[in-house]
Amino acid sequence: MNYWNKYCECMEREELKKLQSQRLIEAVERVYYNVPYYRNLMQERGLMPEDIKGIEDLNKLPFTTKDDLRENYPYGFFAVPLSEIVRIHASSGTTGKPTVVGYTRRDIAIWSELMARTLTCGGATKDSVIQVAYGYGLFTGGLGVHYGAERLGASVIPISGGNTKRQIMLMKDFGTTVLACTPSYALYIAETMAEMNLHKDDFKLKYGILGAEPWTEGLRQEIEEKLGIVAIDIYGLSEIIGPGVASECLYKTGLHINEDHFIPEIIDPVTGEVLPEGSEGELVFTTITKEGIPVIRYRTRDISSLNYEPCPCGRTHVRMQKVIGRTDDMLIIRGVNVFPSQIESILIDIGETEPHYLLVIDRVGNMDNLEVWVEVSEKLFSDEVRRLEELNRRIAYEIQSTLGLSVRVKLVEPKTIERSQGKAVRVVDKRR
Amino acid sequence: MKIKQISVFLENKKGRLAQLTKILKENNIDISAISVADTANFGIIRMIVSRYSDAMRVIKDAGYTVNTTDVLAVEVADSPGGLHQVLEILSQNDISVEYLYSFVRRPSERALILFKIREIDEAIGVLNHNGINILSPEEIYEL
Repeated sequence: MNYWNKYCECMEREELKKLQSQRLIEAVERVYYNVPYYRNLMQERGLMPEDIKGIEDLNKLPFTTKDDLRENYPYGFFAVPLSEIVRIHASSGTTGKPTVVGYTRRDIAIWSELMARTLTCGGATKDSVIQVAYGYGLFTGGLGVHYGAERLGASVIPISGGNTKRQIMLMKDFGTTVLACTPSYALYIAETMAEMNLHKDDFKLKYGILGAEPWTEGLRQEIEEKLGIVAIDIYGLSEIIGPGVASECLYKTGLHINEDHFIPEIIDPVTGEVLPEGSEGELVFTTITKEGIPVIRYRTRDISSLNYEPCPCGRTHVRMQKVIGRTDDMLIIRGVNVFPSQIESILIDIGETEPHYLLVIDRVGNMDNLEVWVEVSEKLFSDEVRRLEELNRRIAYEIQSTLGLSVRVKLVEPKTIERSQGKAVRVVDKRR
Repeated sequence: MKIKQISVFLENKKGRLAQLTKILKENNIDISAISVADTANFGIIRMIVSRYSDAMRVIKDAGYTVNTTDVLAVEVADSPGGLHQVLEILSQNDISVEYLYSFVRRPSERALILFKIREIDEAIGVLNHNGINILSPEEIYEL
């Protein structure tokens, strides 16, 4: 078994708790004195930094949500001056504005270390040739894996996503041994290989470091079989650091959370109460080493559970169960976060006062496809075909430029989309 | 001069047009002209009907998206070059036609063509000036 940092990854729990407590105390001090948002919130609760004496006091602290981050757009949560920030990433928010995160030089160094651990955990070594087919850019996937792979000392192919036939050609010619991308893209690569009459034996692939979207065991088996690899699930979100929050080891029985940097909790999404060990609930993280944008008890909206049983790999860090769902209506399509409300605000901008729409997601040829059905109201309707086709194109264009995701728009008759008694049905997800 | 045309949005689904015509039949509304513009996904039905405000109401009540547009009903000679004469007048005056279609019935030896024109008032002036007959709503709804 290979470890990147055996000392940290296999630390005894008592020692780990001590480390977490000490780091939590420092993190709370940092946010209290540097982030007015947290200071106000703590003062409202009559909390001073010295009231937090260790991880046992974690539940005295307030939660942070994606909405809180968005309301303080863009830099309200930064705990250091912008001069100390060396990198900014962003992910899509629930409405037009993205969630912005900043990294100091030390944050980038820690992130690289955590990604080096993740890659090692998933089978990569310094001798690996790692093809990074996650998107590079504001999305944390590409650069996150890239820095970790360089830290590991592997040979990095920074190809980013898309251009699949070229990916496959380089994968073959360069002798790629580790593929890092979303699971749906890995499967798409496999399908495209078959179309090109290439067989898995033509490649040197051994491992897939796959994440950024939920996927099933069935899909894992299919990818492993078609690409001839061991496929590893990784987990992360930009609000916490990006990829590198947690990853499976080769035993593939849950994802080890890098607990020396992030403290996980499982809460009841309705009451906010911390649930006993092993319960399923909403996953919450507190970052205890981050400088740029430390977050306290961040509610991920992901549903999982925590398993503190020892893992045969020797790592002592707690394992989170593969994410099994969401507490909100966020969808992940080709690695992109999509909220139905984003589509709604686009339709409102176009002039629809009370838009009726439906997102239909399907997996066609192993690629996620998003189709947006929009009911044509009198306001949008025209007797000219040209106008309606323009409307169709405009909606598609606006969605594409907001989400960075290509969609097919379908104009439908009123009342086509089912009205429910309570919450409107906005999503039909036909993926496995 | 201007005639009210009813336009209805329809998805390309089997039986949708028949459902629409059924509603009109049940309400004893007569269609004097109809055209269907279709694309891969949807169609637009354009109609001239008797009792257009009643028609609007029943179609709307049935849950369709419907609107009205002003069009011109122009009489042209039912012989070679009849339509061309009108189109040439419009073209010479820089007036473009969005679409046109013809009536189901005709009152005489003349044909009746419906024109959708954005610059509708300019078109009325030009056609009148050239001695082209444009039918009034009363004449049309009586057809």
